[in-house]
Amino acid sequence: MNITLNHNQTQLDAITLTVRELLTIKKFTFKMLVIKVNGVLVKKDQYEHFTIHENDDVQVIHLVSGG
Amino acid sequence: MNDKIREHLGSKIVGIAGVGGLGSNCAVALARIGVGKIIIADFDVVSRSNLNRQYYFEDQIGLLKVKALKMNIFRIDPHIRIMVHNQKVSSENLVDIFESADVLIEAMDLASEKCSFIENAIQQWPEKPIISGNGMAGWGMNHELITTQYGNLYVCGDSISEVSDEQPPLAPRVGIVANMQANLALDILMKDFIYSTDE
Repeated sequence: MNITLNHNQTQLDAITLTVRELLTIKKFTFKMLVIKVNGVLVKKDQYEHFTIHENDDVQVIHLVSGG
Repeated sequence: MNDKIREHLGSKIVGIAGVGGLGSNCAVALARIGVGKIIIADFDVVSRSNLNRQYYFEDQIGLLKVKALKMNIFRIDPHIRIMVHNQKVSSENLVDIFESADVLIEAMDLASEKCSFIENAIQQWPEKPIISGNGMAGWGMNHELITTQYGNLYVCGDSISEVSDEQPPLAPRVGIVANMQANLALDILMKDFIYSTDE
């Protein structure tokens, strides 16, 4: 499927993926993430169940300490 | 024109979560341009190590940051309303503190705090603009400091430079990101500004 990942067109070798599977495939190893799919927040406890489909707009924001 | 901008901003409310390096400098920039009401929330007190980047003074060491910042802003402009919350922002008090804000500034320290503030705020107010400061430790690399938009969430900084012993937070880069946040807040608050030429 094709999705938009952080504003970039991305091709993935799967029909659907959970958020957790996407994070593993794209090697997002950081823990402090905010994730939005099609503009809707996906909270941490939904990562295992929330599925991503063709043409979805996925945003993975990695937060680092300091302020 | 400056008077009209001030008049417009006088009716606006900005909420700032955390008034360390990002929040204190951002609040001062917003106060100087005339944002009518600024809500500030933090639980910390001013310490000597803060003075390398935060908008406090040596004689304020030991004071609550929210109280010290209110004093400093009043020295700039005593007409600005400052709502002070001496508490750690959490999902329990988020609505009480920030419900009235037109724009939210995320200016917290730890990545875990940033994450939960952003998640809670998006969940509570899907349409409210949130401006996060993310990645500003160290020095140099001006060109890496950018703003990325994710719907109503805006992220200012390099999104990489985490604070560490080798890479402390320092006034120049922290100040740049704090002012990027203020500049973006201003841009959002000016969206309903009506330009008139009847002068």
